[in-house]
Amino acid sequence: MTVQNSTSAPLIEVDNLGLRLDTSRGPAQAVREVSFALRRGETLGLVGESGCGKSITALALMGLLPERAVVSGSIRLDGRELVGLPDPDYCRLRGNRISMIFQEPMTALNPMHTIGRQVAEPLRRHTNCSAAEARSQAIALLDRVGLPDAARRVDAYPHQFSGGQRQRITIAMALACQPDVLIADEPTTALDVTIQRQILDLIAELVTERGMAMILISHDLGVIAENVQRMMVMYGGTVVESGTTEAVFSRMGHPYTQGLFRARPKLGARKGTRLQTIAGTVPELADLPAGCAFADRCAIVVDRCRVALPAAVDVGARHRVRCLRTDVAMASPAGGLGA
Amino acid sequence: MSSPSTVPADAQVAVNRPRRAAGFWPRALRHRSFVAGGVLSLLVLAAASLSLVWTPWSAYELDIAAKLRPPSLAHWLGTDVLGRDIVSLLLVGARSTILVGIIAVGIGLTSGVCLGLVAAARRGWVEELIMRMSDFTFAFPAVLSAIMLAAVIGPGMVTSITAIGIFQIPVFVRVTRGSAGAIWAREFVLAARASGKGRFRITIEHVLPNILSVLIVQATIQFALAILAEAALSYLGLGTQPPQPSWGRMLNDAQSLLFQSPSLAVYPGLAIAVAVLGLNLLGDGLRDLLDPRLARER
Repeated sequence: MTVQNSTSAPLIEVDNLGLRLDTSRGPAQAVREVSFALRRGETLGLVGESGCGKSITALALMGLLPERAVVSGSIRLDGRELVGLPDPDYCRLRGNRISMIFQEPMTALNPMHTIGRQVAEPLRRHTNCSAAEARSQAIALLDRVGLPDAARRVDAYPHQFSGGQRQRITIAMALACQPDVLIADEPTTALDVTIQRQILDLIAELVTERGMAMILISHDLGVIAENVQRMMVMYGGTVVESGTTEAVFSRMGHPYTQGLFRARPKLGARKGTRLQTIAGTVPELADLPAGCAFADRCAIVVDRCRVALPAAVDVGARHRVRCLRTDVAMASPAGGLGA
Repeated sequence: MSSPSTVPADAQVAVNRPRRAAGFWPRALRHRSFVAGGVLSLLVLAAASLSLVWTPWSAYELDIAAKLRPPSLAHWLGTDVLGRDIVSLLLVGARSTILVGIIAVGIGLTSGVCLGLVAAARRGWVEELIMRMSDFTFAFPAVLSAIMLAAVIGPGMVTSITAIGIFQIPVFVRVTRGSAGAIWAREFVLAARASGKGRFRITIEHVLPNILSVLIVQATIQFALAILAEAALSYLGLGTQPPQPSWGRMLNDAQSLLFQSPSLAVYPGLAIAVAVLGLNLLGDGLRDLLDPRLARER
């Protein structure tokens, strides 16, 4: 892989992305005003709880949204607009320039086909190599992702592998055509903690080795902290805080980020200590409040929070927070929220 | 390409588990309804094949002098009202039964599966159109459409095959759409789409192989229904025409003599029952054997 434009132009640029889903309960604004840009070799983490719009943002980048979704804004890959791209053209990009690793390795592989065939498929689809070449490349890929005895096991079926092994296989599948952008949607959520680390290390190694841009989606703050350079915290379909991982973790500008951080289980806490929670529940996307999506659960909420979606404000170098009361929130990060 | 220096912890797990507890045939031969159904279905098939090379008497030659004979060494099950040998009629009748069944199920299977796959792949108005059209066909009585067809192209085997075949289409459309829709919702299909495959390739490579067992089972059961329908249409005089023997035709002939010689109705009735029961048992057995979740010995 040539790394020619690694410095200046962003590889993938998302500008003011919005997604509306028509649900049975009326239109739901699943994603609002999401913008980011990634260069080659950069890694971005998306963190947030279930239903905050992380996964659907990823599907939007892949062009795999359900048909009833309405996309606004723009997604550009190497300057080429992807929103509204016809499906046949998108098919040529998927698996070739943008790839995705899924959450459930147990179901992400077709039980009817051998793993060798499944890993070779993107190669056969996007490059004009012969079946034999594709097979030998598949073996090399499986070997690279650490599948033991790849040459012998290439003709085995998915159910003959463990969860961790299967996730290695899906990684091999995603990387077959040397994509420029890799989206990993909760790649380790379904795996044992011991395996998690190995898989994440493998992904990190491959990202560096091939100079890809990676978007890592997780609800696990620990995973985000250790694996990405920049991160975005999502809530109710908007990015409430974004910045370098270091800045976000050390300064935590948004009350939601602070709540999320405090809700982590802590090692060495006194026995019987209850986990802190954020009061209230995630709002339904079909009836989001007019203003800040977090307003109903926020301890420092004031009336003007409920008027309109707050704009993102700079609170440091490339550290942006979508909150009107950053002065209060950041002054007392521990006391900003009612328990 | 270098391999990682340390052996992953998950490498030790699950090396070469056998693919299934046992192969298909060892399990199948222990499955009672599969074996019983298989034997009965093979019996009908054997009768039909035998009739191609040998029948005790000709099924087409009439011998009025020897009509309505009781069973004897010469005529094992006796003769009918026109003096034809019952055994020969049953053997040749099996042939038209199987022929009609295979072609009608073939029509229903190919058109129904194609439409169902398209509906599941395209969704939206295409799916809506296909499903409503099949609802319409399904709601229309098969016998009525056979009568209409007979009025247009005349009664006969082609009429009954076409009518039964058309009636089978919506069944296969529904079964295919339902199971294909479930496969489309699976993550490996999303993964396949993420690797750049179009709907057509996903349908052929991922959806169809995964619903094949459902279709095989459905086809077996539909075959049984087609046999019943063929008998019914022939009984009504819309299907197979004389002199071509068929089981439904024999029932029709026996009807007027029900009090003189009831056995005339019993033999074709039994033949139909054997074929339908056999195929139903076979279908049940296949469903158990092909569905890993239901796999159990009975």
